[in-house]
Amino acid sequence: MTQPQKATEFSQSIRGAVAPLLQVAGLAKSYGARIGCTDVSFDLFPGEVLGIVGESGSGKSTLLSCLAGHQRPDQGQILYDGQDVLAMAETERRRLSRTDWAFVHQNPRDGLRMGVSAGANVGERLMAIGARHYGDIRAQATDWLGRVEIDANRIDDRPAAFSGGMQQRLQIARNLVTAPRLVFMDEPTGGLDVSVQARLLDLMRGLVRDMGLSVVIVTHDLAVVRLLAHRLMVMKSGRVVEQGLTDQVLDDPQHAYTQLLVSSVLQV
Amino acid sequence: MIRIENLSKSFTLHNQGAALIPVMAGASLHVAPGECVGLVGQSGAGKSTLMRMVWGNYLASAGRIMVGATDVASATPRQIIALRRDGLGYVSQFLRVVPRVPTLDVVAEPLRVCGVPQDKARAQAARLLARLNIPERLWPLSPTTFSGGEQQRVNIARGFAYPYPALLLDEPTASLDAANRAVVLDLIVEAKTRGAAILGIFHDEAARAQVCDRLVDVSAFTPKAAPEAAA
Repeated sequence: MTQPQKATEFSQSIRGAVAPLLQVAGLAKSYGARIGCTDVSFDLFPGEVLGIVGESGSGKSTLLSCLAGHQRPDQGQILYDGQDVLAMAETERRRLSRTDWAFVHQNPRDGLRMGVSAGANVGERLMAIGARHYGDIRAQATDWLGRVEIDANRIDDRPAAFSGGMQQRLQIARNLVTAPRLVFMDEPTGGLDVSVQARLLDLMRGLVRDMGLSVVIVTHDLAVVRLLAHRLMVMKSGRVVEQGLTDQVLDDPQHAYTQLLVSSVLQV
Repeated sequence: MIRIENLSKSFTLHNQGAALIPVMAGASLHVAPGECVGLVGQSGAGKSTLMRMVWGNYLASAGRIMVGATDVASATPRQIIALRRDGLGYVSQFLRVVPRVPTLDVVAEPLRVCGVPQDKARAQAARLLARLNIPERLWPLSPTTFSGGEQQRVNIARGFAYPYPALLLDEPTASLDAANRAVVLDLIVEAKTRGAAILGIFHDEAARAQVCDRLVDVSAFTPKAAPEAAA
């Protein structure tokens, strides 16, 4: 259907014919005297996956929450599709986060409404952008449950009755049903069994490719970024210490901290 | 098609007293369209290092690596991603895939990212897998559970799925039986015939003799008094 088109769009995008979707310059956020993140700048293009790695406390989650509008940075600029996100009215930014943006939390409980059915979780985001026809909403919810490999007969079950992996896939369905262009992911495979992680990775890769999504994914799992991210940013103590092509950063790390990070991974 | 000029490389090991290890200096070579050049030299001489610099996962310290119109040594990540999409292929010795993805789709993927529709990409993948004698009953399974030789053939099928104008081959015939080795050599000859520029490492001397037009000894690029480096 639209899949080859998306791939073409990405091809154009990597050849520089397309403008960046997200432009970040000089972003900084402190908590009192403590640096959350500082001096972060990067461009993200349509169809591109940027991985952010670093240990706990390196500032990667602070950065993600500033990008996604969950926290206000102290300094810097964020342009989304050419618009200044930080200068935007709150209503406009909320509209973006309901339509063009999505946020996948590490803990599905933070991204789902546990008290309502799986179908309602997916449908709710559609209703938030104005969908009103019950039959259409249910049909789309069913379609999306199928795409994230949740059996249609579970549509009326509450997420609390799902396994961790299913909850995470439901969270992805809820986020992607409005066909966003930019997805923020915070440790999306954390806390899942390895076999479940593989399934989720496969799913995410297919969705990125077929929907032409741009993704910023924060993780401490280098194997996940190797398979998913085009580019990698390594953070330590709130600063970006190294960035580049994913396999270059992992195979030939230049910064002392990245060398330590890569050499500390157990080989399997 | 591939032109390397005065390339050098050193590693700085920050966690081992910031040891600076020069591994290559003054490397120059070129590969014309339709030509296959074999890298030779003893283990540790830098064959794989040179190959990885051309692929872009090792940074060059100085020099130029032109692949088509892209200088990999100075290109941005996005330019390298673009080059790898349809300008440069690589058959490495390792198959790195998302577990659970069927073999057929692993092989079809390089075509899919170039926008080839799924059915056409799968049909091409099926042709290559059949040629490389991967039994059809294995196609729906992930190659992560396959034997070493089977994984190697899946990797080769994946590397030859798209007609890249430049191709890197790292030991493509290693761990293959005679019949499959012959298939791989045929694929290489066919790629040369359509005009691909190929840079390869072949420990298999008979294979080297059969497909390589020239050999380049990388020992010539080893810096004087360089310590032993990992291959």
